[in-house]
This record gives sequence, C-alpha cells and structure tokens, in this order.
Amino acid sequence: MESLIDIVLLAFLVGIAFAIVWMKDLLAVIMLLGIYGLLSASFFVAMDAVDVAFTEASVGAGISTLLMLVTIAMTGRSEHPVRHKPFLALAVVIITGSLLIYGTLDMPYFGSAQAPVHQHVAPRYINDSIEEVGVPNIVTSVLASYRAFDTFGEVVVIFTAGMGVLALLSVVRRPKNTTGDKARDIAKIDLINDSMHEQHLVLRIVTKMLIPFIFLYAFYVQFHGDYGPGGGFQAGVIFASAIFLYAMLFGMSTARRVINQSFIQLLAAIGVLLYGSVGVVSLLNGKNFFDYSALSVDPIAGQHLGILLIELGVGCTVASVMVIIFFSFADRKDNGQNLESNGIENNLKENNKK
Amino acid sequence: MLTHLPVLQVIVPLMAAPLCLFLTRSRLVWLFALMVSGLAFLISALLLQQVMTSGIIIYELGGWDAPWGIEYRIDHLNAFLLLIISSVSTVVLLAADTSIQKEIPAEKHSYFYILYLLSLAGMLGIVATGDAFNVFVFLEISSLSAYALIALGKDRRALWAAYQYLIMGTIGATFILIGIGLMYQMTGTLNMHDLSIRLPEVAHTRTVFTAFAFVIVGICLKLALFPLHLWLPNAYAYAPSIVTAFFAATATKVAIYLLIRFTFSVFGLSFSFTALPLHILFLVLGLSGIFAASIAAIYQKNVKHLFAYSSIAQIGYMIVGFSVSTTTGLMATLLHLFNHALMKSALFLALGAVMYRIGSVQLSQFQGLGRQMPITMAAIVIGGLSLIGVPLTVGFVSKWYLILAVIESGWWPVALLILLGSLLAVVYVWRIVEMAYFRPPLTSNENIKEAPFSLLVPIWILVMANIYFGIDTRLSIEVAQAASQSLFGVNP
Repeated sequence: MESLIDIVLLAFLVGIAFAIVWMKDLLAVIMLLGIYGLLSASFFVAMDAVDVAFTEASVGAGISTLLMLVTIAMTGRSEHPVRHKPFLALAVVIITGSLLIYGTLDMPYFGSAQAPVHQHVAPRYINDSIEEVGVPNIVTSVLASYRAFDTFGEVVVIFTAGMGVLALLSVVRRPKNTTGDKARDIAKIDLINDSMHEQHLVLRIVTKMLIPFIFLYAFYVQFHGDYGPGGGFQAGVIFASAIFLYAMLFGMSTARRVINQSFIQLLAAIGVLLYGSVGVVSLLNGKNFFDYSALSVDPIAGQHLGILLIELGVGCTVASVMVIIFFSFADRKDNGQNLESNGIENNLKENNKK
Repeated sequence: MLTHLPVLQVIVPLMAAPLCLFLTRSRLVWLFALMVSGLAFLISALLLQQVMTSGIIIYELGGWDAPWGIEYRIDHLNAFLLLIISSVSTVVLLAADTSIQKEIPAEKHSYFYILYLLSLAGMLGIVATGDAFNVFVFLEISSLSAYALIALGKDRRALWAAYQYLIMGTIGATFILIGIGLMYQMTGTLNMHDLSIRLPEVAHTRTVFTAFAFVIVGICLKLALFPLHLWLPNAYAYAPSIVTAFFAATATKVAIYLLIRFTFSVFGLSFSFTALPLHILFLVLGLSGIFAASIAAIYQKNVKHLFAYSSIAQIGYMIVGFSVSTTTGLMATLLHLFNHALMKSALFLALGAVMYRIGSVQLSQFQGLGRQMPITMAAIVIGGLSLIGVPLTVGFVSKWYLILAVIESGWWPVALLILLGSLLAVVYVWRIVEMAYFRPPLTSNENIKEAPFSLLVPIWILVMANIYFGIDTRLSIEVAQAASQSLFGVNP
C-alpha cells in the first residue's frame, strides 16, 4: 500500500516536471512549481520525514511561489521564445542523470536497517539525545544542538540573501516633507478602507480575520519545534506570509506604514546576532562555541534554553529577510508603475468626492 | 581564549557582518570591517604558528565529539589557506574606502562591506572546517555574497556576468552537495576524517564512484578549470575593482583547496587517482587551460579581461602541479596558490587605481600612463614580471618548483610547455607596457594625476610582498612543504 502511494506521488512529480519544462506561460509554471513543492512534501511525509516535509511545504510550496509571483509581476508572464536548440544542455542533463542512476545501483535499499546511515552516527542520536539534549524531537536536537553550527550557517545564508537583494534592489527614498505627507498617508489609508466595498471586498475581510490566526500558528510552530515538527525556519516563513498577504491586499504603502524598512533590516541582523551570541556566551563561560550546557547550571536546562534562543534567532532572521525580499521586489514594481498608481489614487479621490 | 582560535577565525567576521547594520556612516563601517579583517589576519597568523609548532588543532563545536557534532580541524594546509585569505582581504580592504567611492553609489556602501565580510567569513569557514556538509553551508555563504558583490559593478553588464556566475556556481554547489549526500549514504558520516576511514571499505561501489565524480566536477566548476571557466572572465571584468582584487586572489584558491582536501584527505590518494584518470585528465586540462587562456588574454582589449584570462591560465599551472601528485608537485601548487594570490591582488588593485583616475580599464586608455601614473604603472609592471616568473619575484619561485616537480617525474615535454606558457605571459604583459610607456598620453587624459595615497599604499604593500617572498622564501616554502608532506602522510 505504501509503495503504491509512493509510486503515485513520484509519477505525479515526473509528470509535473515535464509540464514545467514544456509550458510557456510563466504563471502556470509557477503554480505547477508550487504543486511540485506540495507533492514533494507529501512524499517526504510518506517517508516519515515530517520535519523536512513541513519545511518543503512552507518554503517550496509557499513562500517561493509567492516570491516568484512578485517577480513575474515585473517581468511579464510569457517566456521569450528561444531560437537556438540547447542540445549541449540536454547532453549535460542526460549524462548527469545517467550518472545519478548509475550511482543508485549499489545503494543500500531504502529503509534497510543495515544501511550505513542507520548504523554509524544515527544510533547515538536516537538512543542518547533525550538524555544529552532533553528534547523529544530528535530532528530538532540534531539540527539545533549536535549540528548547531550548520544551522547557524544556514541562517547566515538567508541573511546574506537578504543583504544581497537589498544591495542590488534597494531604491533611494525621496526625502518627504513630513507633516503634510503623514496626513496625506492617513487620508490614503482611509481612502483604501473606504474603497473596500469596491475592490476585493471578500478577500480583504477574510484576510483581516485570518491574519491573527496565521500569526498565532507561526508562534505555535516557533515554540513547538522541540516537541513536534516545526521550528524557526518554518515559523519565520509562515509569519512572513501573513505580512505578504496583508501587503498584497492592502497595498504596499499601507504595509510600509506597519513595517519600517530600516527596522526590519535591524531585526534580520538581530536574529543572526542572537543566534551567534548564544555561542559567544558559552565561549565566555569557558566551554566550546555553541555548547549550550554552559548556559545554565543544569546542562539539560542549558540545552533547552540554548535551543529556544537560537530558534528565536532563526525565526527572527527568516521572517525579516523574507519580508525584505518581498518588499524590495514589490517596491521595484511600484517604481516602474508610478504613473499607473497615481491614476488609481486619483480615481479613489474622485470616488470619495462622490 | 587561545584554544578557541579556530572558531574565532570564522565567527569574528561572520558576526561582524550583521553588526555593520548598526553603524550609520559608511566611513565607520569601513573602519570596522578593516579592523575585523585585521583581527582575522592576526588569528590566522597565530593559528599557523600553533600548527607549525604543535601539529593539528581540533576544535569541537557545541562540545560534541566528532562524527556526531561538527569539528574544526586545522592542519598545515588549512592554516596556510586561512593566512592567504585573511591577509589579502585585509590589504585589499585598506584600499576599499577610496576605490568604491567612485564605483558604488553611496547608499550601498554599508551593504558592500556586509557582503564583503560575509564572503570572507564564508571562505574562511570552508577552509577551517573538518565536516563535509559544513563545507557546503559556508560555500553557500561565500557564493551568495560573491554573486551580489559582482553584480554591484558599475557597468550594467555586471548583472549579466553575476547571473552567469550564479547559474554556474549553483550547479557546481549542487554537484558537490549530491556528492556529499551519496558519501553520507554509503558511510553514515559527514566528518571528513571519519569519511577517510570509512570510505575505503565501500570504495569499490558504484555509488562512491558517482559521489567522487560529482564532487570533482562540482569543484572544477567552482575553480574555473578550463573548459568550465566561461563564467570567470566577465565576472572579474565587470565587478567593482575591490571585489575583483579580493576574489581573484582568494575565491578560486578556496576551490583548489577543496579539490586537494577531497582528493587527498577524504577519498585518499590511491582511490582518487585510480577511480578517474586524474593524472592525465588534469595534466591535459591544465596545459590546455594555460595555452587557451594565455592566447585569449593576448587578444583582450579590456585589461581586466586580460588579467582574468591570465588567472585561468595560472589555475592551469596549479592543476598541472596537482596532476603530478608527488610531494614536490603538490608543494608547487600550494606555493603558486600563495604567490598567485599576491600577484593578482596587486595587479587588480593597481587596475582599481587606474579605474579610479580614468574610469575605464580599456587597453587604449593606458596610452602614456607610464608618465602620468608612474607609481601605479610600476606596480603593474612588477606584478606582470611576477606573473611571467622573472627571478626575484614570487612567480619565479613557484614556477621553479613546478618545473622541478615535472622533471622529477620525467615529464620533460611538460616542462617545455610550461616555459612556453610563460612566454605567452610575456606577450600579454608587454602589450600593457608598450601602451603605457611607449605611446604619448591621450589628449582626453591630459589632466590625469597619480592615484591617491590611500590606494598606492595597499598596492605597494602587495608589490613589496611579491618581491619579498620572491627572495626570502622561508615562510612560504616551509609551510607549503609541511602541508604537502602531511597530505602524503610523510611525517616531517
């Protein structure tokens, strides 16, 4: 039965992969990529890797789909026709693929208890982590304690991505004359709220009701990572997606009033620093970097505290970087379409007068 | 605190990067970044000294012992690389403040330094770690920041160059990741030392062979081995001058380090050179790289392009030394790592000075610069001589050992080809010299003055290093020898 599910899921994956290659409409391609992510997540669940599945669902199916949507909003939705036939690329892909298949021939069978991965390092994680780290979710104890430095690196990767996007896309804000502008901004929000009955009425009201629950769920995922699937990465992404939702339905300028660009940058930095400073504290207490047992008298309590803090750092950085990337993309779009948005604004004003 | 040096080496620049966001003025950020890089240099010097006196240093991160946790394992090879990266980074940063004022818009300066520090930390992390997956994580940090830094170039073509590099670099990193994954599947461990013990048991399997092939191809993409070099010339040519100077001296070196680390330490010498015909493969690719890239360099109109192609040729020399796979051959490769870092950082920084004054590094713009910017041009000439391999410069030392290694193995024709390759270097360096010294200045460039002091000082520090280490070779040779002997399992 289980293999039947696997076969169906994998067949879907292959089918979708081909469809992605063939399709010319980028919007459809992005939707298919989202489905691809969701299917992979389901496949991971079938393989009992729920933590990975959770990440794949929130990142692969969720946030990356959104980011790609913002991108094609700028670039246009159809693919440019390619004149040359990329035979070389095809040859490279075929060679790589056949080498991969060749490599599988001597692999241990999937799920075999005799496989080296289950014999060497894993037994200690499975048998001793509850005594050494004290966290029921083994995946969390591996990634947040045994291999905490890798996770730190991953957080810095995300931070780097955010800084890279800022360095390339950030636009200089024109200095505004503050008082009058502020009044106008508030007026604009009123306008948007008033115009609700015309634009996306249902969506906006449903969003307003949903957002608190999304935030609540993000916090649950953040703090429940020790006990079940979840943790800072997934929580950060979920948190950010609520903000995306708000920005998409209420407009960038409204979202900007809630989230300040330089504040969110600092928040991204603070996440990394919080994570790193846990390590620094253990250094100062005379233990090795990221040795959480130095954080408290009781080593297990120290591990708990350490994991809590670093997961917080992860969530902080991931959420802020996602928002940074989304805002930078969307700002780019706004700048390109200033004329259009002015037009909308005028329309709103006229409506208001009526 | 001395016992924590290995981790501080990486952590200091890594944590300094986000701290930069809290500093408001770009001059302040520069000073901070410079201090951090200087500190990293100091740490690497201390580490090298410790390794030279007391052997391998092991540092267990998180306090977990090795195959379960991640360990840093500093031996002669890592310590040498750490020193190269952090020293070049520091000297190049000295020039950064002046140079980027002309090349990068003011509001982006802090991001520039953040990305620079992240890139530095990424490279140091790759080199310091003893864990195969940790390598990948830090590879991502250094590559992502590299793509962004290159795209910051003033020329719009920088974006396209960075994009190409991004695609090629990502394919390379993915290949390395696939290889690491397959190794993990066959051994159940990610620790390099542990891998080297457990891999021989399963060395005959097709899975391990596949893992090896993926790792090697992935690394070769990263190190721009001919014919996988296509991303490099544009990336170097259109990046900001500071970025080019930094990456030309370090990025490909890190990839060569990975190549050596994976073939010698992880897979083991006997497996590596029998599973794939690496001897002949790398010899042929290295030599064709030397010739193809040197000839391409002769025909370039942009001097940054010219030296970028020359970098590909120099990588060819390192690969030839590697393919000999004797202690002398490897030593020549390591020496050339060090020496080439000195040459190229000096040359690209000097080009940065030209860029600062003229705003372009087209060869035609170099007319008469020998008279207008004599100190900068002298630096380019000495760097060029070093590139050719003239005695009393570092270039001579590494070529000498390379030829020695090749002759030791009885490969006479190869030695001749290497000398021929140096002649090609004479041609492309001469083109610049002729332009700068034997032509009258362009009328449009009449008011060009010598580069500012803040650029000349770092340039000449590097030029003097080129000469100093060409004469007093004790440090570089001693370390390179110790590293290469320890890789071959000979106890010095």
